Amino acid sequence: MSLLSLKNMKTSIGQYHVLHDVSFDVPEGGVFCLLGRNGAGKSTTLRSIMGLWSPSPGSVTFRGEDLTGLHTADISRRGIAFVPEDMGIFGGLTVEENMILATADGTFDKARLKWIYGLFPAIEKFWDKPAGALSGGQKQMLSVARAIIEPRELILIDEPTKGLAPSIVDNMAEAFREISDKTTILLVEQNFEFARSLGRDMAVIEDGRVAHTGSMADFVADKDLQDRLLSLSA
Amino acid sequence: MDKLNETIDRLGGVYLLPVAVAAVCFVLIGAPSSWATLTVAGLAMGMMIFLMASGLSLVFGLMDVLNFGHSAFVSLGAFIAASVLASLGGWLGSPSLMLNIAALVAAFGAAMIFGLIAGWFFETVIIKPVYSDHLRQILITMGALIVVEELILAIWGGTPFSVGRPAFLEGAFVIGDVTIEIYRFFAFMLGLIVYAGLYWVLNRTRLGLLIRAGVENREMVEALGFRIDRLFIGVFMAGSALAALGGAMWAGYETLITPHLGADMMIVVFIVVIIGGLGSVQGTLLGAIMVGLMSNYVGFLAPKLSLASNMLLMMVILLWRPNGLKPAVK
Repeated sequence: MSLLSLKNMKTSIGQYHVLHDVSFDVPEGGVFCLLGRNGAGKSTTLRSIMGLWSPSPGSVTFRGEDLTGLHTADISRRGIAFVPEDMGIFGGLTVEENMILATADGTFDKARLKWIYGLFPAIEKFWDKPAGALSGGQKQMLSVARAIIEPRELILIDEPTKGLAPSIVDNMAEAFREISDKTTILLVEQNFEFARSLGRDMAVIEDGRVAHTGSMADFVADKDLQDRLLSLSA
Repeated sequence: MDKLNETIDRLGGVYLLPVAVAAVCFVLIGAPSSWATLTVAGLAMGMMIFLMASGLSLVFGLMDVLNFGHSAFVSLGAFIAASVLASLGGWLGSPSLMLNIAALVAAFGAAMIFGLIAGWFFETVIIKPVYSDHLRQILITMGALIVVEELILAIWGGTPFSVGRPAFLEGAFVIGDVTIEIYRFFAFMLGLIVYAGLYWVLNRTRLGLLIRAGVENREMVEALGFRIDRLFIGVFMAGSALAALGGAMWAGYETLITPHLGADMMIVVFIVVIIGGLGSVQGTLLGAIMVGLMSNYVGFLAPKLSLASNMLLMMVILLWRPNGLKPAVK
């Protein structure tokens, strides 16, 4: 059984129909990449899974449980973390306070925190500093760190490399590899090189519909398909 | 402008403003005893306005709700406290300090409990259906304020309602040439205690952390697993109770109140929230103190400009800092 399953998901934002028919399964473990051109509906798919937009009709099931209609907070409590495209950092709070909010009871598991410090040394360095003063890369690290401070079964990450320097992207890739050993990641990414270096399985969304699903290895091998769906050679 | 801001921040930031205003007015007023009396009156007035405005600021910042009906809680708090004090008239004039305090606690307690309940009702029945629609929020909350005013008129009548004060809050004490009304000193101290309590809750508790985070990014707080709608109701109820307490304090300060009290205070409360910056308790305190001081100083120096002074203050501050003196980070 897949960890997360989307069936015929349709989402409208106001009068605009953004997702017309999205169906795919995310298997447990590793990184599942959701690719597509700008405006294809990737971010809307993640937000719909989190209940931030209500898909109707269609269904989202997580470990066999239907999440459709649940409140975002209840979806989160089922073990799904979300790293939004804008990172969702609370700039007026310190790094520590941002992290506290992501814990279940306001206390830290020391071993887990040490692991996070190892992945993202900036978190420890700027622990008591306002999160709003961090650089873009450091904010992204904090956003991901917040998603993993508690054990989660699935992390939805929306375009984590957007606007980041190459060295930070490399650091992020290393971190995601390590995180995906413990947790399944559903990654939305425009940077194909980044996605291909991490992804095990993937789907491509085009105009609010799933245009392709399969293994990343097969997709990487099929240049024509890449060109048709992502216009990589353009 | 950037250079001016940098210099001010280096010297202590916007917290210096009330000090600067007080210093300038010290020179303009000339007589130290008058200046001291006006300053204490301004601080006391500021603290009472702070009580009324702090809840509105949080509701504005956290829920993005334009609640023009907020001052209905001020009016109701004032009339309920005044009625309780009237029914406990014997305790008010009693030489027993304990009975005096009991009457005051009963009046303030009744106002706050009513504020909590009315806040819950208001949020659930009136505000919830109009989330994310500012025009409907303005119309429906203004309508609610008018309805409450008419209700007060029907229950308490149109003639000014006299408010009793406990004996221990009557009179004044004199330090040198300076006369300080006990009630004003009490209002200042109560406001300070409430501010300290709010500051503690917002900065030292997990609940406060959630509120501060919610003011910045509601959606992310929900994505972290918290039901912010429940937090909304709690904040709304607490804000309403504080407004009712502010109204109760104001009733004792004015000693004669009318059903239009809330509508009269609404403009001042909104000025304070806008000057202070949305969603910030520190900003609200700063704005309230500025408004209190300006009202008293200008009322003494140029009485005809008294009403315009707060509007002028708001315009100047918004030209300087369009988001207010100390807005919550958004």
